[in-house]
Amino acid sequence: MMVDLLNAILVIILVMNLFALGTSRILAVIRIIGAQGALLGAVSLLLHEHLSMPSVLAAAVAIVFKGIIIPAIMIRALRDAHIKREVEPLIGFIPSILLGAIATAFALLFSGEPVLMGQEPANLIVPTSLATVLVGFILLTTRFKALSQVLGYLALENGIYIFSLLLVEAIPLVVEMGMLLDLFVGIFVISIITNHINRAFASMDTRRLVSLKE
Amino acid sequence: MVYAMVLFPLFMAGIAAAIPMNRVRPWLLPFSAVIHFSLTVLVLVSPELAHETGWFVLDPVGKVILLVVDTLVLFSSFYAVGYLMQRLERSNRFFTAGILGFLGLTSVVTWSHHLGVTWVAIEGTTLVTAPLIYFNRTKTSIEATWRYLLVGSVGIALALLGTFFLAYALLRQGITPSLLLEDLVPLSPELSKPWLRAAFILLLIGFGTKMGLAPMHTWKPDAYGEAPAVVGAILAGGVTSCAFLAFLRVYQICLAAGEGAFASRILLYMGLFSMAVAGLFMVGQRDFKRLLAYSSVEHMGILIFGLGVGAPALFGTLLHVMMNALTKGVLFLSAGNIHRAYNSRNIGQVHGAFRRLPVSGILFFLGFLAITASPPFGPFVSIFAIVTGAFDAGKTPGAVLFLLFLLLVFFGMGRTVLAVTLGESPSRESQYRDTFLTAAPIILVMALVLALGLYLPTPLTELLQEAVSFMEKWS
Repeated sequence: MMVDLLNAILVIILVMNLFALGTSRILAVIRIIGAQGALLGAVSLLLHEHLSMPSVLAAAVAIVFKGIIIPAIMIRALRDAHIKREVEPLIGFIPSILLGAIATAFALLFSGEPVLMGQEPANLIVPTSLATVLVGFILLTTRFKALSQVLGYLALENGIYIFSLLLVEAIPLVVEMGMLLDLFVGIFVISIITNHINRAFASMDTRRLVSLKE
Repeated sequence: MVYAMVLFPLFMAGIAAAIPMNRVRPWLLPFSAVIHFSLTVLVLVSPELAHETGWFVLDPVGKVILLVVDTLVLFSSFYAVGYLMQRLERSNRFFTAGILGFLGLTSVVTWSHHLGVTWVAIEGTTLVTAPLIYFNRTKTSIEATWRYLLVGSVGIALALLGTFFLAYALLRQGITPSLLLEDLVPLSPELSKPWLRAAFILLLIGFGTKMGLAPMHTWKPDAYGEAPAVVGAILAGGVTSCAFLAFLRVYQICLAAGEGAFASRILLYMGLFSMAVAGLFMVGQRDFKRLLAYSSVEHMGILIFGLGVGAPALFGTLLHVMMNALTKGVLFLSAGNIHRAYNSRNIGQVHGAFRRLPVSGILFFLGFLAITASPPFGPFVSIFAIVTGAFDAGKTPGAVLFLLFLLLVFFGMGRTVLAVTLGESPSRESQYRDTFLTAAPIILVMALVLALGLYLPTPLTELLQEAVSFMEKWS
């Protein structure tokens, strides 16, 4: 029963990945990634049979940081930057959905192999984690707006966070380690918001950073 | 002891951030570096101090890296005072605090036997060094910092995933996972092989990004080019050595798990690839600070190649960590002086450094000779040991390619270096001259590089031997 609910949530997370790949509106992507972060809290609570301190902590961290605080400051940064859409990504939106779907299928196959699956409880944690990491990577490498890249990084981080939930009972430290990645996000967003960076590449289009190219 | 070594620099970083005097603050750097270096020497000579219960143990490999980074920071800190005194128009608060913070985190990396703690410290080094690259506040330095953080953060994230994979490789076998080296190494034959291999690759990419191995080196030319020379020296000699140490831990687990052959193959390819990429970008490189960045990519390739060769080259590899760090110090610091004298990094504007800045010009040239493994300097000894190790291990094709790439680098780098140093100095004179603080530390490091090339003192050889047997103990 628990496993069914857990898998349903994980499937929603996978679908959200594809949505994030397919929309050009940055605000929508912020909301999707934020909602995904909040869902990680639910995953953390459902994953282990008995609730333990580390998994409750992990859930709280996900909901508060990934679900509320980070999306809020991202929206603030978006408003400051006066942009709405990602224009002309390296790979079009439809092709990137397809690429994301291939990545998801790959992740399901990879972790579905008997060698790798073994005595695992039949849930989708590992493939969802890997698929989300791959989708984050696609977002990160094919989008040019600084904010979109940060969102890609957030997706990648969400994927890693899902994986860390497997270990949270044995090594409680993993929650803190995952949280440290958020420091980077904080710095990225702060540097976008603060004038230095905002003015320097006003549209935050990393393609304009050509002066350092070979 | 570990707490003193970690907390003291962090405490000084706090003081640096708190005091308002721009003129006094830089002196905190040599002050802290001297004390930290003394602590390091104390630990090295009295082994009973190196054992701390729990997660912190200073093993021989950690000692080597600690000694390397501390020596480099010690000399750079005096140079930094000279540099910052010329740049009083800019607040050096974050600069000073950043370098001190880095020193504290280096101590964590070298002492830690917990892969999680090591990872946290490596992440920390990325964070504290970012403001250093940003010091000049120009548009290009913002770009460089952005790229450094973005590429670095992805590398760090992948290293974290790799660390989790490693723990999961135990969990899958029904063993309570642990990230403590003392637990992991004896258990490593039990690790689930596919997960261990996946972890190894992710950690190689992750820490390789911090080291600046090709093709994850893209941040390096920008960051090293834009950052002040001291920061270039600390990044190229310090941060890369710390990341290399973190990777050594992973490599050790792989060896203990009986996956040495798998690891070795990948490392040989990665190493040669980095050397080739660096060599190609060095040919025709007109910016001499970016040239040094590619040289750093090349030498990270050499280290990874040395690891790939395995036991016969291990001594040379560890020695090369030391030689590379020191020689990079000479190159970056002297290049920084030349940069400031000409106000340009392009060989279109910069020539005749021998006449214009005799001391820095000669040091830059000697540094070039040393880093390209010309005798009688230190890197010659370490690279020679790696090459003979490779031939002994029967990796003949790899060793031949290795020598070819060294030759390519020598010519590529040589053209730019000669363009900088020879010729007539442009008549447009600036007031800049070598000063005691910006020249003497480089002369001393250069003398050290030369001395170590002529003669390796017994305590150092013993330390390196201990480190080699520590690595081999579990293989």
